[in-house]
Amino acid sequence: MQALTNRAKQVDAEPLSFWERLYLPGIAKGMLITLKHIFKKKATINYPEQKRPFSSVFRGLHVLNRDEEGRERCTACGLCAVACPAEAITMEGAERKKDELHLYREEKYAARYEINMLRCIFCGLCEEACPKDAIYLTETFAPANYTRSSFIYGKPDLLIPDPVAQPEDFERAKGKLEEHKANQRAKKTD
Amino acid sequence: MSEAPKLVSVVIDNITVQVPPGTSILQAARTIGGEVAPPAMCYYTKLKGSGGKCRTCLVEVSKGSNADPRPMPKLVASCRTNVMDGMEVKNITSARVTDARNGVVEFLLLNHPLDCPICDQAGECHLQDLSYEHGKEGTRYEFHRRTFDKHDLGPYIQLHMTRCILCYRCVFVADQITNKRVHGVLSRGDHSEIATYIEKSLDNDFIGNVIDVCPVGALTDRTFRFKNRVWFTKPVDAHRDCPKCSGKVTLWERGKEVLRVTARKDQWGEVEEWICNDCRFEKKHIDDWVIEGPTKINRHSVISQGHYVGVVKPKETFSAVHDGSKPKLLMNIHSVSEVNRPEIDLSAIPGPATSDVFNETPKKS
Repeated sequence: MQALTNRAKQVDAEPLSFWERLYLPGIAKGMLITLKHIFKKKATINYPEQKRPFSSVFRGLHVLNRDEEGRERCTACGLCAVACPAEAITMEGAERKKDELHLYREEKYAARYEINMLRCIFCGLCEEACPKDAIYLTETFAPANYTRSSFIYGKPDLLIPDPVAQPEDFERAKGKLEEHKANQRAKKTD
Repeated sequence: MSEAPKLVSVVIDNITVQVPPGTSILQAARTIGGEVAPPAMCYYTKLKGSGGKCRTCLVEVSKGSNADPRPMPKLVASCRTNVMDGMEVKNITSARVTDARNGVVEFLLLNHPLDCPICDQAGECHLQDLSYEHGKEGTRYEFHRRTFDKHDLGPYIQLHMTRCILCYRCVFVADQITNKRVHGVLSRGDHSEIATYIEKSLDNDFIGNVIDVCPVGALTDRTFRFKNRVWFTKPVDAHRDCPKCSGKVTLWERGKEVLRVTARKDQWGEVEEWICNDCRFEKKHIDDWVIEGPTKINRHSVISQGHYVGVVKPKETFSAVHDGSKPKLLMNIHSVSEVNRPEIDLSAIPGPATSDVFNETPKKS
């Protein structure tokens, strides 16, 4: 059989020579390699104290987006569910009532929206399919848990905080809470 | 004793067909089928006088007939032009036709809103298919789109005038299928709108058929409104003994719920037999119907997604190797999931579901 790479080595079944049978040179050679690694840069970091930056194209946990006025963007059009290769997304649509204009952007909205994180493969096709900029994959990953049932993410788990009603939660979720507070203080002193 | 009419031969896109005289070019092209058949938004075989309005079926006639071989100077609407012996027609082989059709699609989309994510017609919309094939991504229109308030035509039908392309099919249905017409097209030009005269409800037994003939989502079923997307429902052929109509319908099921009932449609998206309002709106229970089998859906349609045909499931060997004990179910999704709760029967709700339906506290049983 032809080897795929030229690094394959034939197994040498020759009996060991006297020098090899001495064993000690072999140990010395091995230890040399081991000790060399002490002075090399470490390949690992101490997670969770240290964290590596995510790549800009990292696909993590989903969020359901709101617009600037805090209305939900999702219209339950079902394109994410139909694009999902793992069939992880399910939803049920409902009609917006007259007194719910401030809650939902369009006349139809997702009354229920669920992502089964056990099925999800984080491929990001839902994000690509969404015509309303409603679903995004973030730079966090699904936390570990002991029960399977905790991996069924409903709307309360997925929706981002309302930028109008909960501005502090919104800024915290963006990771800019301190900046936001400083801005508020500056405004007050003006 | 009259002889069988002499067939005339027509060449459409270099394919020769024999059709009886008096056939339209569109019908002759449909006997060939496939891409040769021009798309039609307003023409409907079963409605007399339909056609000639949308201009999507434009074709080029490069040779008028054997008697008069001059080409026709302009593109002609194939649904309203009859064939002549020896006529030569170019549809997809003509660059002029493709170019004109692209223009027509752009015009049709001028005022059409981009609300496909909300529209119940999405997935079986002829305008969607047409614009996917011919349309451009953007629009050159710089003005506000014409908008209308949506209103309910009776308890069953909802009219979104904003989406209407003025094909007049529903007017012909009301004229020809039902015995009295109370809706029509009012005003002219950009202001034209389908409206019932003084908002009169359409209470005829066969008026529900306007939903099926509508090529866009202007007339939609209120009993199906926002209940589900078309491609998540499973179409099944079924029939029942109906005193008013043939009772042959397609049920659109989700699990055991019948979310929508429509007439059966042929490969050109036209209704095979008209059905009555009772069958369409009132019989939303699986026991009302005799199921014949799954409806055949074109595999290129989004409706056929997830409907796997000829699946061979591997044999379950677990219980055989485990002394007949069943595999342990680690989690039943229905005990956790909030979606598709069995106590919410969407098919039983007359109109669209609202937050009241979903936020209702579950009944103790």
